[in-house]
Amino acid sequence: MTEVQLRFRDDAPVNDPALPLGSLSEASNAAAVRIEPGEDARALLPHLDRIKLVEISFPAFTDGRGYSSARILREAGYTGELRACGDVLVDQLGLMRRCGFDSFAPAAPLDVADAEVALSRWADVYQAAADGRAPIWKKRHG
Amino acid sequence: MYKYDQYDQAMVDTRVAEFRDQTARRIAGKMTEDQFKPLRLQNGLYLQLHAYMLRVAVPYGTLSSAQMRVLGDIADKYDRGYGHFTTRQNIQYNWIKLDEAPDILADLAKVEMHAIQTSGNCIRNISSDQYAGAAADELVDPRPYAELLRQWSSFHPEFLALPRKFKIAVIASDTDRAAMRLHDIGIQIVRNSAGELGCAFYVGGGMGRTPMIAPLIRDFVPLDQLITYSEACLRVYNRYGRRDNKYKARIKILVHEIGKEEYSRQVEEEFAHLLAQGIEPPIAELERIIPYFADPAYEAGASDTLDRSDPDFALWVDHNCHAHKQPGYMIATISLKPVGGIPGDASADQIRLMADLGRDYSFDELRVTHAQNIVLPHVRKADLHALWQALDAAGLGTPNLDAIGDIIACPGLDYCSLANARSIPIAQKISERFAAQDRSDRIGELKLKISGCINACGHHHAGHIGILGVDRKGTENYQLSLGGCEGADTSLGQITGPGFSEDGVVDAVEKVTDVYLANKQGEERFLDTYRRIGMAPFKEALYD
Repeated sequence: MTEVQLRFRDDAPVNDPALPLGSLSEASNAAAVRIEPGEDARALLPHLDRIKLVEISFPAFTDGRGYSSARILREAGYTGELRACGDVLVDQLGLMRRCGFDSFAPAAPLDVADAEVALSRWADVYQAAADGRAPIWKKRHG
Repeated sequence: MYKYDQYDQAMVDTRVAEFRDQTARRIAGKMTEDQFKPLRLQNGLYLQLHAYMLRVAVPYGTLSSAQMRVLGDIADKYDRGYGHFTTRQNIQYNWIKLDEAPDILADLAKVEMHAIQTSGNCIRNISSDQYAGAAADELVDPRPYAELLRQWSSFHPEFLALPRKFKIAVIASDTDRAAMRLHDIGIQIVRNSAGELGCAFYVGGGMGRTPMIAPLIRDFVPLDQLITYSEACLRVYNRYGRRDNKYKARIKILVHEIGKEEYSRQVEEEFAHLLAQGIEPPIAELERIIPYFADPAYEAGASDTLDRSDPDFALWVDHNCHAHKQPGYMIATISLKPVGGIPGDASADQIRLMADLGRDYSFDELRVTHAQNIVLPHVRKADLHALWQALDAAGLGTPNLDAIGDIIACPGLDYCSLANARSIPIAQKISERFAAQDRSDRIGELKLKISGCINACGHHHAGHIGILGVDRKGTENYQLSLGGCEGADTSLGQITGPGFSEDGVVDAVEKVTDVYLANKQGEERFLDTYRRIGMAPFKEALYD
């Protein structure tokens, strides 16, 4: 497993190994789970109340299915840690934050200064997403 | 037309700064080309055969004269003095240097323009009816809805790494001038039986190697749910669109493979879920946008008569002007298809001249059409002659709209790294072959479209006559198809048979038009005759 480089949470990190989504029903006490791109994040919904960490895997940064998985979990009320793992790059961090990710375990360490610039670049956003930011239309109309 | 407020301006300015930073990191070696590629593509920058190509977005094809002027200036300053208008109502520059690209984007941002998401696997520039706001047959102006979608789709965090590119068109009349059903999503603004406006959604159309006509997925989405429904359509696609084969990754394949009923069922389920998420802008946002597209200050009682005593002028009016909803006005189309020219190309001087003419004769507004021409949407009939004289003097007065010389062609192997064959020289030879006005007039409406590879950027599937360039054992070979059509009666062309050489295909087009003229009944267009008599007589003339 790759190391967490960026984390935007105050609670203690979850160190349980993340189990594959498919094995979840047998391992009834598991608090950490891993979702691969082709898997349905909604299969996790019945177990959400005991899950503290969801790792969403990005084998290739060009495969955007993990963005939908993340938003689906946040829309379902999941408040635990949501970690992007794998081919996570500087220029995707801001988008991932918008979709609800709050920790990042990139396969190759990111340049910290570049990551900070990327994460603070956009003062405003056009859409409502999973990060609670007020979209521009909200600011226009209150 | 739409004007940026401080938010819109800040968004494009931020994008310029972001891309400048990304380009600097790429040049400094902090990113690989593979990592940089999606970023540059989503800023409109392709690496082509000879240089970088920059594709600038023209949202729903609408330009002010100030914007058009800057497009001309960019052609001079950063390119070789030309711009190329595209089938997606955009403009491309073919000779761009990577390190200058951020400067071009900064020049564009000064006139409220950008190149955001004009390429890459994301929601592309939203296209629309080039006659929007001027056509007599439209229900409402479709562009405010396109603008709402533009803002929603720009930098959408969930949908920037889709399986493949995603194209949306919005229209609001029954006559479809935007090839709406050949888009990933085609939206038609309609009125329901209660008199309310809403959106009919057609999903899963497209050209490329597997052309499909989009089926109707939902006949009425209320206006205050437009964004939410679009988001549901996209989410189902992002999750379940194929990613194992780039040629099967467009939404048309997903809709085709699972069926439109199953796709729409999944969308409905996601839609019901998303309605509770509060992602829809309030209707006040649409009401804020709509007045930007209000009618210009037409002259009341403008003369509705036209002096047709100059035969060349009358010819141009008959070919290139279209009825306007306002008495005393017409919609004028500037053909970028001179005989022997490159379809869609305009020099920097021509672009600036069109900007001036838009300012002087069309309330400061111009449109780019998907047929690669330029429209002046609101011209007083009394000004048409002066306009035509100025155009004619600059080589922009070709009277061939929708005629055989008004050819759509992709850049082809002269520029494009994907192409298998050249398109431009074929277009040039055909337009020269049919250059005689009386010959072109006898043939009448004939939409001829040429693609230099199976990706179909030249829309050959939708051509009354379509030409597809392929590579056959190292030689360029051209397949001919007949009977394609965009619009309300959308159909896909059928291949005639074995392909032709470069010169052979020009002869073949001539034979096809001869068969039409020999069989034409009454006022039939080429397409009507083809549909009546079928492929057999054409095949016989071509291959026996």
